[in-house]
Amino acid sequence: MARERRFKGGEIPTSSMADIAFLLLIFFLVTTTIDMDKGLGMVLPAEGEELEINKKNILNCLINSSGKVLLGGEPVELSNLSKKVRQKLAENDKLVISVKAHSASGYKDYVKVIDQLKQANATRISIAESD
Amino acid sequence: MKFNRKTQLDSEIPTASMPDIIFMLLIFFMVTTVLREYSGLPISLPKAKRIEKLKSKRHTAHVWVSKDGLISIEDKIYKADGVRHIMYEKRVEDPQLVVSLKADERAKMGLVSDIHTELRKADALKLNYSSKTAVD
Repeated sequence: MARERRFKGGEIPTSSMADIAFLLLIFFLVTTTIDMDKGLGMVLPAEGEELEINKKNILNCLINSSGKVLLGGEPVELSNLSKKVRQKLAENDKLVISVKAHSASGYKDYVKVIDQLKQANATRISIAESD
Repeated sequence: MKFNRKTQLDSEIPTASMPDIIFMLLIFFMVTTVLREYSGLPISLPKAKRIEKLKSKRHTAHVWVSKDGLISIEDKIYKADGVRHIMYEKRVEDPQLVVSLKADERAKMGLVSDIHTELRKADALKLNYSSKTAVD
């Protein structure tokens, strides 16, 4: 009883290739983490690159240990910070905002302040060493 | 006028190129996959609105800071003044390095400030405060 051969010569069967590729595909689909790292960007000043800035152009933004914000000497609600900063930037576009946080203040409040400053399109943000 | 209708039989989806399509997808996912190397510390990230994406995972170094003040880099716990050496080495290896600071929202600013100082000393100046997208 002779069976008819479909392939002449020894060829690699390619019919299951799709299945194998599918399997690999599913593996990589599952292991891929698309969620990119995201966050607030910041460039630190280089060591020993402290600049002297005219006092007029500095806006101090202080954060105390309970998360209250003092902007240029007056207390500001965190939600109003970006509005206030935008006003001040409109008056003086050379303004450098110096953020100084109390060492016992929370990182959460600090990130909120930086976020507010970014929302006000403040590009010159300086981080003062907390003491 | 009568149209010659094609028979029902050859209205099938051509499957001959399917392996090629699948291979293309496969290669895409292979290239984009970065298997997780380090696990980090359990933290809850702060939330922010003005968020930017980090461009490349390959040029990113993570610094984990827990709420108890532990600092972890590549699954090793460091003290604040130990950050300098490891970050300096990383910075030398990869000049495009961006440090992603994954700090818990309850972490204290004193420690974060110390890390700032250390990173400045290590010349790793590009920093990213990792945070989640705030919704409202």
